[in-house]
Amino acid sequence: MKRLFPILSVITAIFLAYALYEALVVAPTDAQQGDVYRIIYYHVPSAWTAFLLFFINFIASIQYLASKKPSSQTAVKWIVIVIGVVGVIACFLPPVQRLIPAGMRPSAVATTVLAIPLFYFVIGKYFPGDNLDVLAVTSAEVGVVFCTIVLVTGPIWARPVWGIWWAPGDIRLTSTLVLWLIYVSYLMLRRFSNSAQTQMLAAALAIFGALDVPLVYFSIWFFRTQHPQPVIGGGGSMDPRMLNVLLISWMAFLCFAFLVCWQRYRLELLHREIEAAHAMDSLVGSGVAAKASLPLSRSPQ
Amino acid sequence: MNAVKFLIAAYVATWLIHGIYIGTLVRRFSRLRRESKDIGKQK
Repeated sequence: MKRLFPILSVITAIFLAYALYEALVVAPTDAQQGDVYRIIYYHVPSAWTAFLLFFINFIASIQYLASKKPSSQTAVKWIVIVIGVVGVIACFLPPVQRLIPAGMRPSAVATTVLAIPLFYFVIGKYFPGDNLDVLAVTSAEVGVVFCTIVLVTGPIWARPVWGIWWAPGDIRLTSTLVLWLIYVSYLMLRRFSNSAQTQMLAAALAIFGALDVPLVYFSIWFFRTQHPQPVIGGGGSMDPRMLNVLLISWMAFLCFAFLVCWQRYRLELLHREIEAAHAMDSLVGSGVAAKASLPLSRSPQ
Repeated sequence: MNAVKFLIAAYVATWLIHGIYIGTLVRRFSRLRRESKDIGKQK
């Protein structure tokens, strides 16, 4: 595993350099925006990566809460299966299709719904017990980094295109900012709370926080917003060459996010090992102190 | 030309944020490794 990381790092660096070359040189210039539109190749992949990481955090938090109560674990498992099966079938029924916003493909919704049971079982299989909590904090922290990039590159793009840095009251922008604030508060809770219930509270907060992700994504369809329509899943139109570069860029950022998550995961495991060692030391220390403070008459012979 | 400045700013900002985050990870790793060694020595 130690050898694998440098190899993957080199491959990811080459991939990122290639994605940069594609974004700056190969992708055609936009007829309306000119070259500044190329911010899309960092802005959108960062947003998708952040959503994916928050989704992983959501699933890991549900798994973690369920694992603390074995009786609810089976129930949650069946609920997830039902959501997956019913959700996918429902997406292709005409009454439900009428509820799907115009321009959004039912297959895109079905794929998203199907990801819930898929991620649930994969995460449950490879991250048993407290590792779920480690995965949750890892994905939240790296997700916040990517969401920060979205919030920084968005205004930099908006300034030359819209003429303003930020559109106050715009639902897409505001809900993204709220999403970022929720996950920052999640990380603050984990950082500064010493309660035994911190992990449970953080998992509950993560579940409610993740509810903002669909609001951010669907806000474009349900509300009037200055933000452009999405480039995949229907609703928007994009030159296939641009879309190709966008997907290459996203793949490169996904590889990068994977490596960062890997290291953050290892860091969290090391941190917990050290905390456990300190706790053990203090227990042993207090045991010695307690023995020393025993009255002579009651001291063990 | 002015718009290209925004493009460069966005790309630089992205890698700056990633760089700062990776820097904090490296710092935390070295601190924890040091602590881990100290615990090993105490034992």
